[in-house]
Amino acid sequence: MTPARRIPWPLLVALAAMLVPAAGSRFWTFVATDVAILALFAVSLNLLLGYTGLVSFGHAAYFAIGAYTCGLLMKKAAVPFVVAWPAAGVLAALFALVFGFFCVRLTKIYFAMLTLAFAQIVWAICFKWNDVTGGEQGMPEIPYPDLGWMGALPYFGRFRTSDHFYVLVVALVAACLLVLRRIVDSPFGRILTTIRENPERAAFIGVNVRRFELAAFVIAGAFAGLSGALFGIFNRGVFPDFAYWPKSSEALIMTLLGGMGHFWGPAVGALVLLVLNQQITSYTEYWPLVLGTILIVLLFVFPGGIVGALADAAHRLRRTWR
Amino acid sequence: MPDPSFLFAQSLSGLTAAMFLFLIASGLSLIFGVLRVLNFAHGSFYMLGAYLAYQMVQWVGTGPGRFWWAVLGAAVAVAVLGGLVERLLLRNLYGKDELYQLLFTYALVLILSDAAKISWGTGQLSVSRPASLTGSVRIFDTIVPHYNLFIILLGPTIAVAFWVLLYRTRAGRLIRAAALDREMLGALGIDVSRLYTGVFVLGSFLAGLGGALITPVKTIVPGMDVEIIVEAFIVVVIGGLGSFWGTFLGAIVYGQVLSFGILVIPRFSIFSVFALMAVVLILRPWGLLGRPLK
Repeated sequence: MTPARRIPWPLLVALAAMLVPAAGSRFWTFVATDVAILALFAVSLNLLLGYTGLVSFGHAAYFAIGAYTCGLLMKKAAVPFVVAWPAAGVLAALFALVFGFFCVRLTKIYFAMLTLAFAQIVWAICFKWNDVTGGEQGMPEIPYPDLGWMGALPYFGRFRTSDHFYVLVVALVAACLLVLRRIVDSPFGRILTTIRENPERAAFIGVNVRRFELAAFVIAGAFAGLSGALFGIFNRGVFPDFAYWPKSSEALIMTLLGGMGHFWGPAVGALVLLVLNQQITSYTEYWPLVLGTILIVLLFVFPGGIVGALADAAHRLRRTWR
Repeated sequence: MPDPSFLFAQSLSGLTAAMFLFLIASGLSLIFGVLRVLNFAHGSFYMLGAYLAYQMVQWVGTGPGRFWWAVLGAAVAVAVLGGLVERLLLRNLYGKDELYQLLFTYALVLILSDAAKISWGTGQLSVSRPASLTGSVRIFDTIVPHYNLFIILLGPTIAVAFWVLLYRTRAGRLIRAAALDREMLGALGIDVSRLYTGVFVLGSFLAGLGGALITPVKTIVPGMDVEIIVEAFIVVVIGGLGSFWGTFLGAIVYGQVLSFGILVIPRFSIFSVFALMAVVLILRPWGLLGRPLK
């Protein structure tokens, strides 16, 4: 193990992220919150995409289910965040279990289509069920969790409420990513990789492929729900668009941009995509045009994404030095 | 029990929608069947067909027969664009992960929707019906515009023409062979890559034609690309991806479910078609008339 590897990088990044509000810019704290939440969403998708080899085109469904669950509980039932947030993960996992049960029976393109169909069903329900979800208008004014106690802490005392929420987001996302990292490094995670590489062979050595795929689907759904719950609060409202298919493709783009061959790839993708978005939308309203162009360059020139390209470059550098 | 003439009108409007959907979805299904690429940009080609038809009507005016030239011109322009996209870009992604192809076509959706906004703005545009089809007839106490009747007749005509092309010509045999085993076809000395371009051009032409023909009955707005592609996906999934008659059946089922779903459960009519799609995927993933993928 090289010395550079012994440094706990993820922990340092999380601690550094906590310093963002100290810079005093409301705007950058806003962007950083967005990045942290969507990084979790993209990494959860990559558990399916990069690790299990399942192309889900409906991951937004679980994001939205989490957001609506947490939002409804906190706004309409005044349930505290400590209960509402885990509940969002649990409900998203339950839906992922039911939908996934049918999805993992299909392969390849049909799997993608069925995940898409289920996501569109969730979207249609959120869009039309006015009494519960607020329908097309969505559900505005989700309250912030009560973080008054942070004001009593030494460093965090002088922060605004949105900064306090940001600190909470960083801590929770870091914890979730840590759990996901443990999952992909565990024997269970290795079996998922085996399934990605060769499902038939995995089946021959006695792995129940469908059951493992379903387990991965449920875990990915749960974490998507947790990130959706945070996003609803951050966004100050939950809207049917959360489940609409462009949201799913947004996560796919982040994953691909960062690199789906690496655990941190999607998180890097989320960071780069959202910061780019903020910068470019201040110059032009044609962000989709720019995004589409970036995507095409990426697909043709850097299919391994940013992390993949960097890893390749580092590898080549190390070889020339030796 | 609602009165029969109302049901008839409802069914007829479903049928008109179905014929447009068939035009779009048949191209989508053909491209998937042969190239194995799920083309998200198909809806964007449809949208471009509509905008280009509008543009050409502006250029050629509204004299007798001019509308048809505008429609044809728009469809041909879209077909050429499709050919360029396939030749220059898409072909480099064959044999790669499906995800790359999906995201490539999604990138086209993003680019084309903004290109349309830049060229034609974000307002609603419309094209008036061609002079020869402005009238209407009464059938069972229901007023049916001639144009809708024309579309309802055009759908089956195109279906038959398409069927003749696929099952009664040499090009059609090659297309069907390419869908089954592209390598073997190449080994037999057929230029498969040209065939792929041809199929993509034909599919794009149909999308452009559908977009151009819908302009007299629907306003042209940004976002029509995303709306239609979801519908076309549902149609091909219900009928069977890559299955020709399946697409026809899927379009009719979709049109009827949507127009009657509104009567039964008004608020959840969108829901009913997605649910139908999910049920078909669960019970027969290859669609009502499709064949299982190997």
